[in-house]
Parts: sequence; structure tokens; C-alpha cells
Amino acid sequence: MAKASGRKYVESSEFVEAKVDMVMVNDLTGPLALDAFEKLKQRRIWDKNKIVIVLDHQIPADRVYSAELHKRLRRFAAEYGVKNFYDVGRGGICHQVMVEKGHVKPGVVVVGADSHTCTYGALGAFATGIGSTDAAAVFATGSLWFKVPEVIKVNVEGKLKPHVFPKDIILYIIGLLGEDGATYMGIEFTGSTIRNMSVGGRLTLCNMVVEAGAKTGIVEPDEKTYEYLKGRIKETFTPIHSDPDPHYEEKLSLNVEDLEPQVACPHSVGNVKPVDEVEDVEINQAFIGSCTNGRLEDLRVAAKILEGKKVKDGVRLIVIPASQEVYLEALKEGLLEVFVKAGAYVGPATCGPCLGGHFGLLADGEVCISSTNRNFVGRMGSPKSKVYLASPATVAASALTGKITNPKRFIG
Amino acid sequence: MSLKIIEGRVLKYGDNINTDVIYPGKYLVFTQPEEMAKHVMEGLDPEFPQKIKDYGLVVAGKNFGCGSSREHAPQSLKYAGCKCVLAESFARIFFRNAINIGLPIIECKGIYSKTDNGDKLQIDMERGIIKNLTKNEELKFKPFPEFLLKIFKSGGLIEYLNQTRF
Repeated sequence: MAKASGRKYVESSEFVEAKVDMVMVNDLTGPLALDAFEKLKQRRIWDKNKIVIVLDHQIPADRVYSAELHKRLRRFAAEYGVKNFYDVGRGGICHQVMVEKGHVKPGVVVVGADSHTCTYGALGAFATGIGSTDAAAVFATGSLWFKVPEVIKVNVEGKLKPHVFPKDIILYIIGLLGEDGATYMGIEFTGSTIRNMSVGGRLTLCNMVVEAGAKTGIVEPDEKTYEYLKGRIKETFTPIHSDPDPHYEEKLSLNVEDLEPQVACPHSVGNVKPVDEVEDVEINQAFIGSCTNGRLEDLRVAAKILEGKKVKDGVRLIVIPASQEVYLEALKEGLLEVFVKAGAYVGPATCGPCLGGHFGLLADGEVCISSTNRNFVGRMGSPKSKVYLASPATVAASALTGKITNPKRFIG
Repeated sequence: MSLKIIEGRVLKYGDNINTDVIYPGKYLVFTQPEEMAKHVMEGLDPEFPQKIKDYGLVVAGKNFGCGSSREHAPQSLKYAGCKCVLAESFARIFFRNAINIGLPIIECKGIYSKTDNGDKLQIDMERGIIKNLTKNEELKFKPFPEFLLKIFKSGGLIEYLNQTRF
């Protein structure tokens, strides 16, 4: 924040105007950004190479309204020469595309008109969700107003059990903090568990910090980060490391050795319970996908559980890889074949059912267990449906039994 | 320029009112103000679009506007006729979206316990005073810092940029 606002240091809670390195909009927030941009007296773009537009929420267009939104964004990209435009079939879910395609690197400031932009903190960037008017302001000026966040440090130690995953850790943390426990704050993840965690797992952690109200999550970059970025980014970068003696608002220390799979129960992401407490809940739908848990390692775990087995009659399992790249890798590895043979519906990369805007919706009284990030009233369809959030392993195990199930039964 | 006094009656809701209930995902494809206004708070109170026209004010508990970054949430409230949202606290992105589009919002500790549905309020945003005319009580809140007040007085971020930059 200090670097981006041209200062030596900044204090938390201060308002600063900071320079932005990259801005992203999607097919639902982008059109409102264009509405705002068109109201500016001067409609010049600050830097056409620093704008990313991703069609992901309503793709392929599910109705004429969506098709019109897509058309408008395509035209804008062509008119202003925005090359980082990911059309249907060319990208996938915006947050996965941003990290896969090298639009995020350590030490930069990235904003996105989508609340889960905080995901990129996993690569050591300062990344946060903004609104559409904010995005329009960045399009035109390359800068934006920020309140410098206070920081909560979450230190995680211990080796996870084989059936427990980063999703379980972040659900557990949100359960401790509550839905507004970190409002306006940054959450920095440290500790041996984080150091040993894959970049994919770190992305899952940072993705969900907003569910506790946080502005961003962050993991200090290390060899794993640099390995992930190899071949994805061209330019050099200057990673930013934690202050040697930073002021933390709060510190939280966890040992996850004994942690069991966690489930966020309806209708709050803060309503988190160990899976064993909800094991008898019957489900109608199971969904594996989204910016939270639609990556290759998530699909691998699910495929391992589902291989050679059948999804329970009366349950529909939907699997959606987070991006075209993930889709292709999953195809090559034979994971998609495992899903189809198990009786799952495999869809193309999109946000899909996660936000209830597109397909895979729930009817009155139906229950879904989902690897996604929100379970608010009506999130995935009818206001009378229920959503439980869990890891891809717990979702896959539940799809086999028809009830919420501890994946311990299927993982050795 | 000073800000006008806001007057209206209270429609009261609870804690953690999220953007999915304020503006459900299935309507995000709509960007026309009149269409957005029809669906505001549909997940919580389908009669809200009618009621807010008469009442004008929303009072809520903590963490109002949590969840998605959809600017449709504050926009649909504004287009439906909401003059001000008063809450114990706001989620971060909703807070900045409301300021950026010029929807008055006020963070005021104690507002939830000290107001009831239908109470008539008179709000002075600059001086940080809420008069509850029904209960004949006065509540104080911390006005916006000058930086935000400037954006707000311009009518929103786009207008602020037009006045100061372009």
C-alpha cells in the first residue's frame, strides 16, 4: 500500500489514493463499469494492457440479456484495444484465469469487480474486490481510494490428515472469526502448514477470507510461488515481504493435526460444524467447481474417491473445472472420464451453479452440498433450498452415499 | 455545498443482510434501473420495493451488505427509493459501492436497538446527528472523514472525478 501510494509507510485506517497495477471485470460487473465509464467527461483508458475482461458468470449466454452484456463487453474491448479479453471458451472463471494467465505477480496491487479477487493474495499480491464504479475509475485513472487495512495474522501449524484439506482449514477459521470477524482487515497466513501447502490450496484459503469480511488474504511468496509462476509471467517482479516488526490487530494460532473435515451449514458461512455433526443430512445435489475449489488438485481428489463407483440414485453430481486449462488437464489425466462413468454431469468452465444465476439451480426444499464459497438464502436457486459448503472430497463422498459424509470412509 | 437533511420512516432488518438477499444472483443480468428496483430485497421481503417508497429508510444490524461485490445491491436500493441505509456496521465493498454511487449510508452504534419499525428519523449527515422524531431522542454518529465526504458531496465517484480531474 505504501509503495502504491508513493509513500515510505502508511498507517492502518488511513485513506490513501493508490496506484493500481491491474484491474479485472467480469460479464456481470463489467457492464455496470461501462455505464459508469461512459458518464466520465474524458473517456480515455489509462492503460489498455492493464485491464482484464473475463466472461465467466453467464457463459455461454443463457438468455438474450446475457448475450447483450457479452456483446457490449466485446465491443468495448475491440474499441479500446483491450487484449486481455477472455471470451467464451478462451478462459474460464475470472480468478483462475487471472492467476493462470500471469496477470498477477507478487508485490503488485490488483483490484477486481468481484468479491473473490482476494484470492490472488495467495501469490503475494495485494488483491481486493471492488465495485463497478470503482473499476470505471481505475479504467480512466489507474488509481483508486483505499482505507489501509489492519492485519490479522493467522498462524497454522501441523500436518493435515489425508482426508482433510485447505478448504476445511478456511471454513474452520471463518467459523472462529464469524461472518464479520475480519471486516476491513487483511488476513496474513503463516506457519508450517501454509509453507507445505500447494499454491492451489493457498488460493482456496485466500479466496474465502472475504466470507469473514476481510479485504484481502495474503501469503508471503516462496519457492512454491515462484515455481507456480514459471512460464506464466514474463516480467520480473519485486516481491514484498512482511514488515520485520509489523503491528497485528489480532493473532490467531491453530494446530490442524487433529482437524476433521468442516461443513458450513445453512444459511451462513460462519455456521461451521465438523462433518460428523451433520452426517445424516440427505442431499439432492452435489457440486464440485468454482473459483474456490475447481482446480486440478480438487478434481484429482474427487476422482480418486469416485473412481469405479456410482453416484447415489436420486442425487445429481455436477462437476465444473474452473478454467479451460484445468478442463484440458483433467481431460488428459482421465479425470473427466471417471466423473462421467460415475454418473456425474460434467460442465464447461463457468461459475455456473455457485451463484444461482445460470444452471444447476435448486428447487424448493432441495439440499446441495457444494465446494463453493457461499450458502446464503437463495444463493443457488429457490429461497427455500439449502446449501452446505465443504471440500471437494466431502462433496464427492456425499454424492456416493446421498448423505453428507466424512470422506475418511473413502480415503485411506 | 452542504448535504441536505434526510427524512423518512424506518424499515428494520437484522444482522448480516447479504447482497444475495438484497439483489438475488438470478437478476444480475439486468442493468436497467426500473428493472433492478423491482427485485430489491426479494430474498428477504418481497414487498420491500413497495414499502420503501413510503418509508425511505432502512435500519439494520451489523455487517449490512456482506457477500458479493455486485453494485446492483446499493443501486437497486437507490433506484427503489431508499434515501439512506443506517446500520451498526457495513461490509467493506458495499460501503465503498454506496459512497461511489451516492447512496447515503450511516454507521451508527446503537441504531438497531434504539429504533423501531416505522420510527420517523431526521438525519444530518454532516453534523452526525440522527433525530428520532417518534421517540423524541437524539443519536450521534461519527460523520464521514473529509476525503469521503468530498466524494459524497459531489454525488459519487464519477461526478467527483469529473469535477476534480477531467
